[in-house]
Amino acid sequence: MEADTIAAISTPIGEGAIAIVRLSGPEATEIANGLFQGVSLTSVDSHTIHYGKIIDPSTNEVAEEVMVTVMKGPRTFTREDVVEINCHGGLASVNRLLELVLYQGARMAEPGEFTKRAFLNGRIDLSQAEAVMDLIRAKTDKAMNVALKQMDGRLSNLIARLRQELLETVAHVEVNIDYPEYDDVEEMSHQMLIEKTRHVYSEIERLLEMAKQGKILREGLATAIIGRPNVGKSSLLNALVQENKAIVTDIPGTTRDVIEEYVNIRGVPLRLVDTAGIRETEDIVERIGVERSRQVLKESDLILLVLNNNSELTEEDILLFQAVEGLEVIVIVNKTDLDQKIDLDKVKQLAENQKVITTALIEEKGIDELEQAIADTFFEGELDVGDLTYVSNVRHIQLLKQSLQSLSDAMHGIEEGMPIDLVQIDVTRTWELLGEIIGDAVHESLIDQLFSQFCLGK
Amino acid sequence: MTYDAGHYDVIVIGAGHAGCEAAYAAAKRGAKTLMLSLNLDMVAFMPCNPSIGGPAKGIVVREIDALGGLMGRVIDKTYIQMRMLNTGKGPAVRALRAQADKPLYIQEMKRILENEKNLTLRQAMVEKLIVEDGVCKGVITETKAAYHAESVVITTGTFMRGRVIIGDLSYESGPNNQRASVKLSENLEELGFELVRFKTGTPPRVNSHTIDFSKTEIQPGDDNPRHFSYETTEEILDQIPCWLTYTNEFTHKIIDENLGLSAMYSGMIKGTGPRYCPSIEDKVVRFHDKPRHQIFLEPEGRNTEEVYVQGLSTSLPEFVQRDMLRTIAGLENAEMMRAGYAIEYDSVVPTQLWPTLEVKNIPGLFTAGQINGTSGYEEAAGQGLMAGINAASKALGKDSFIMDRSQGYIGVLIDDLVTKGTNEPYRLLTSRAEYRLLLRHDNADLRLTELGYELGLISEERYHNFAEKQELIKQEKSRLEKEMLKPTEELQQIIADAGGTALKEAIRAADLLKRPEMNYLMIEKVSPAEQQLAWDVKEQVEIQIKYEGYIVKSNQQVERMLKMENKLIPENLDYDDISGIATEAKEKLKKVRPLSVGQASRISGVNPADVSILLVYIEQGKIAKVSNNQ
Repeated sequence: MEADTIAAISTPIGEGAIAIVRLSGPEATEIANGLFQGVSLTSVDSHTIHYGKIIDPSTNEVAEEVMVTVMKGPRTFTREDVVEINCHGGLASVNRLLELVLYQGARMAEPGEFTKRAFLNGRIDLSQAEAVMDLIRAKTDKAMNVALKQMDGRLSNLIARLRQELLETVAHVEVNIDYPEYDDVEEMSHQMLIEKTRHVYSEIERLLEMAKQGKILREGLATAIIGRPNVGKSSLLNALVQENKAIVTDIPGTTRDVIEEYVNIRGVPLRLVDTAGIRETEDIVERIGVERSRQVLKESDLILLVLNNNSELTEEDILLFQAVEGLEVIVIVNKTDLDQKIDLDKVKQLAENQKVITTALIEEKGIDELEQAIADTFFEGELDVGDLTYVSNVRHIQLLKQSLQSLSDAMHGIEEGMPIDLVQIDVTRTWELLGEIIGDAVHESLIDQLFSQFCLGK
Repeated sequence: MTYDAGHYDVIVIGAGHAGCEAAYAAAKRGAKTLMLSLNLDMVAFMPCNPSIGGPAKGIVVREIDALGGLMGRVIDKTYIQMRMLNTGKGPAVRALRAQADKPLYIQEMKRILENEKNLTLRQAMVEKLIVEDGVCKGVITETKAAYHAESVVITTGTFMRGRVIIGDLSYESGPNNQRASVKLSENLEELGFELVRFKTGTPPRVNSHTIDFSKTEIQPGDDNPRHFSYETTEEILDQIPCWLTYTNEFTHKIIDENLGLSAMYSGMIKGTGPRYCPSIEDKVVRFHDKPRHQIFLEPEGRNTEEVYVQGLSTSLPEFVQRDMLRTIAGLENAEMMRAGYAIEYDSVVPTQLWPTLEVKNIPGLFTAGQINGTSGYEEAAGQGLMAGINAASKALGKDSFIMDRSQGYIGVLIDDLVTKGTNEPYRLLTSRAEYRLLLRHDNADLRLTELGYELGLISEERYHNFAEKQELIKQEKSRLEKEMLKPTEELQQIIADAGGTALKEAIRAADLLKRPEMNYLMIEKVSPAEQQLAWDVKEQVEIQIKYEGYIVKSNQQVERMLKMENKLIPENLDYDDISGIATEAKEKLKKVRPLSVGQASRISGVNPADVSILLVYIEQGKIAKVSNNQ
């Protein structure tokens, strides 16, 4: 029996309405239970299926609606405890689920590892052993090809650079240790070390932040259009859709009646969420009160709040402003082709720091400004799409998160006043973790670094 | 024609640092042992710097001692100076280093060996191994003596086809103008050994009367010297200092101007030298911007005036060496007693060895020390000890002993050699050990003495003391884990004096000790142990409690490693039979023939998928066996 618990997406990615994340190992049930809202999975009977929600422990928010199957070993494929989490088939859902499971302590399975475990635990008989080995080979080669393709050259360069920085730091510490009388290099102090680790830490944080943006690029920026009836929400939608001639896909959810439309605004894909509510004429303000709509707003990356230039601000408008407080909002004052009755100063005051755009959608005016505002919001005006380095592979993201953890251990050790050579263990670990991302963790390079960086020896 | 000169359990060829440990360990384990040396006045001779220990290496000496070997005991009796290095750092990297009295070291080592009852010392040049049906059965000397044995250990250091080079002068020689061993090297080639050519070097020595020490900085020993051996009780009081001086632009100018005459740069030297022990010409060429290099002046002993000019290792011609010395502060009038030289020699590609240091293709034959591509007395001695232990095991029909990477630096060293090989003379560095926090100077006995006792290398008395120490550490740790300390005025004062923040409420003694500014002696003031504890017990308690978090983390890593280490690979596994393994990995695996899946995973070129496949294949073999038995 292996000691750790592995996880992987066990259905073909991007196909099918339902996807499955599978866990195997001694902590499979416990890990799933830590994320699951519903019955206690640790006390259910084996081979039973349960409906519930997956909660993101870092935000306590509902991430997914799922069906979870609990199967206790040895009557399972791997003969270990196995948990299968069924979720919606979209790439975004299933990736998020996998990330949560890994965050909770599972390890990303190696290619073919479920089958390998099945075999090692005696589940598969001798005649199938050859096939298992072929499978590992084939899956590994395929995974490597995929990983290589996913690996942006800029990303691997960046990681290589961070590693080099860590390596130089580690080599510096090593020189202090192995050549204590060597006077050419100053003793690495806690202060120096924390500066170095902080820098790499913030770079990795940035990478993870960009990974989020990369995810948005792939999955679309969840965008909600809200406003009172007849302010021009439909016109806005049509303008965004028609202007950009984007593909409009209807993906009816299996359990929710959400319609999503995808449009592409200057390289920023928008996923217009809950537009069903826009098409209907029912009072949106009333719906704000409904928990579900609040949830939709909360899950949105961007909210387009539409107001009517031709009427005074109403109590409903004010309520809408309150409902979106703290979220990313662009305020659109529409119908500037008609007389201005709205108090623009008041609008700006309510909008606080958020952007306010004026449009006359019916005359196709102001759409350029709006699109620019959307693009600016996403890229924060600093980044050019072409320069973005995205980490998209879940395994890579996981390794980056582990690196961050390891660096934070190092920084913690420094604050505790631990000796440099102990702190350095965590720095070296970070270096190794980053190496796993770019497939290079050869220990020997530290020793090479040592002797190329410093003139050593008696 | 040869004559029958006798039958032994173990024969050790060579009496350097590897040979001495090998012979002693074998004899101590009860094997009738013969040690053959070219020159019995040179037993445990130090051809290079007069020092033992230092980072990583010092811990090896501790490990040798913890297993019952000799190096620690002998240096403790013969040092002229002792220093603990890295005292400002964590406990894992503290390292002891001694300056040795070279002639005394030889005498003391020889005395111990001569008095070992199962051990015979003999001066002889071995020319040939007796190999019958692929198995090593003994040796033949140049005087035609044929000695038979169950195991033979070769520890010939840099003697095999040794060649000394000084400028354009080059001649066949072992270190310090001793005879080179040529025929044995040829014999090994005939037997199918893969040999490589390595190079190392030494600096000139000067007469201390001609040094102006006032122009140098003194480097004294520690006031309260620590020792390598757990058996040492007496310290040496009159320590002798070393001295520090520097090269300068004039030195470098002379080197630049004469670089063409250096054997290193004229192309005369073909062997690969160690990066960590570069010649002065190497340093000046590679780090041209560096205005000066450190030179340590190290006395070679109490009863000699020779001083080792450490840092000036060179293969430049003698007259350039003389000119170079005269540019250095304090050495302006130095009289050179011996010139520095480079030496090239044959060494065995160590991937030809099992982790027991037995040669894979010639059962009964072991190699240890510099012949295996290492450098350093300590690395040699560590291997010698292990080879001696295993050679005796083989001869006496006992279990072999392999130290894993979590047990000691010696384990790291040997695993690196036999698993990865080396393309330059190998030196231990603390960074080579992935579990260095566990491989400390202070806990060598806790790691290894039990094993040493089982191997028959540790006396009953010493084992008894060790067991007692272990028990005291355990008791005191558990006392501190339980003891609650109230924030008394006295304790608050102690904490304040140490620069810590005052206690708000009572605290467990162990938790207080974990604070970075606290140490055991402070805790002891308010909460003394029930009985008077020895300092090494206190030290151990403090380290184990203070660094518990890191130690636990390392132990978890070790557990993971050991799981793979315990998955053994059948010795005669046919890798060609495993279809899934990549071709490059297959070639490497066939060469190294790892004993375990763990070892396989450390071979460069063997990737995780290959390891997985290997694992599956081995399991398949087990299942096949079970089905056949049914």
